[in-house]
Amino acid sequence: MVALKVKRIEMGTVLDHLPPGTAPQIMRILDIDPTETTLLVAINVESSKMGRKDILKIEGKILSEEEANKVALVAPNATVNIVRDYSVAEKFQVKPPERVEGFLRCPNPNCITNDEREPVDTVFVRESKKPLEYRCRYCERTVREDQIRELIRPS
Amino acid sequence: MSSFANRDVISVRDFTRKELEELLSHAEEMERVYERGGDDRLSGKILATLFFSPSTRTRLSFESAMHRLGGDVISLGGKEAASTAKGENLADTVRTVEHYCDVIVLRHPKEGAARLAAELTDVPVINAGDGANQHPTQTFLDLYTIMKEKGRIGGLRIGLLGDLKYGRTVHSLAYALALFGAKIHLISPEELRMPSHILEELEQIGAEVEEHRDLEEILPDLDVLYVTRIQREMFPDPEEFERVKGSYKVTRELIEEHARSDLVILHPLPRVDEIEPDVDELPQARYFDQVRNGVIVRMALLDLILGGG
Ligand SMILES: [Zn+2]
Repeated sequence: MVALKVKRIEMGTVLDHLPPGTAPQIMRILDIDPTETTLLVAINVESSKMGRKDILKIEGKILSEEEANKVALVAPNATVNIVRDYSVAEKFQVKPPERVEGFLRCPNPNCITNDEREPVDTVFVRESKKPLEYRCRYCERTVREDQIRELIRPS
Repeated sequence: MSSFANRDVISVRDFTRKELEELLSHAEEMERVYERGGDDRLSGKILATLFFSPSTRTRLSFESAMHRLGGDVISLGGKEAASTAKGENLADTVRTVEHYCDVIVLRHPKEGAARLAAELTDVPVINAGDGANQHPTQTFLDLYTIMKEKGRIGGLRIGLLGDLKYGRTVHSLAYALALFGAKIHLISPEELRMPSHILEELEQIGAEVEEHRDLEEILPDLDVLYVTRIQREMFPDPEEFERVKGSYKVTRELIEEHARSDLVILHPLPRVDEIEPDVDELPQARYFDQVRNGVIVRMALLDLILGGG
């Protein structure tokens, strides 16, 4: 195990156990602007549990459970640590949200949400937990867990 | 107050069995109104049909239903809709048209168009087909036809024959039949099998489903045979279409030799060659009654939405 030399944060959120390489997507999902936020990003580091993982520390921002749950779409096993006064004040596992708005595009090219002229954001509603599946509110196409990563819109 | 009052009708998935039963029983009442030649309960109400992709039959059926109840109809279709579609977006079109009418019937090539329209307007929107997605009023009229012919839906053995892969109407119909507790027999060539995600969904709602490749084998057991056509435009690959077209056919001999005398044969029409013309004279053929039921069911729907039943 390689010692990870990242400084402790005073206040903020630490997302741990992210699959390797997902940290940039997670920043997009959480709508984090790297020019305005202090971030410590560890990509593809060793993990005793997962072999390899990403870690994302967001300084100065406490994520609500609802916000953090969006991470479950690409990192189902992520843990969230809320840090206050340099120590973990709260810790939880993410749960896939019931509704996902805006940041996924619909895989159906003929869906009205892929028509740039129409003023509409995507809405996906959770259809099943295991396997994780969402349904487009508009065209009713379903999206499975393994498709989700490819459907995250570039910021 | 009806649960349909002022309601959008976008997808069969939005309705419970109880709500569908309410619609079917109101259709029975409308049957009598239809037989009297109609009345004027929707006088003063205006229906707008917006057809961005053509379907003259569906449009006429809605317009006829509205006229039978004394309402008025305005429509944007054909060339006008095509030119509107080039310039103005759907969102702006419906936000304009809603001020001209009390209910909008929309047909559009994009999937999800009807849901979007419903979100943007205060007047109820009825989906008359959004791409390959939903066509709920077709399902309603299919249910009504089965109910009328057989007196019930639950417990019946219903065969769905044909293009179960791309045939939009059979996906919604299978879902609704499952809600009513019918036993569903899916009959198709291997290439046109019901997609697995729909099979899973049917399973989730507890449907009894069996798949078959051979019509002759299952025909003697069926109470209802619902035949669909193969639609060239639904196939992403023209070669695939060439391979499967004409792969099943309902003939007079087949029905006379294998079907029960009280079998009911339905088809959403228009047909191509999947039911031979001489089947039409058999007592089992009921697909032209289905068309009449389409007007009656749409009368019932419009009355529940606009008149409160
Ligand atoms: Zn969609």
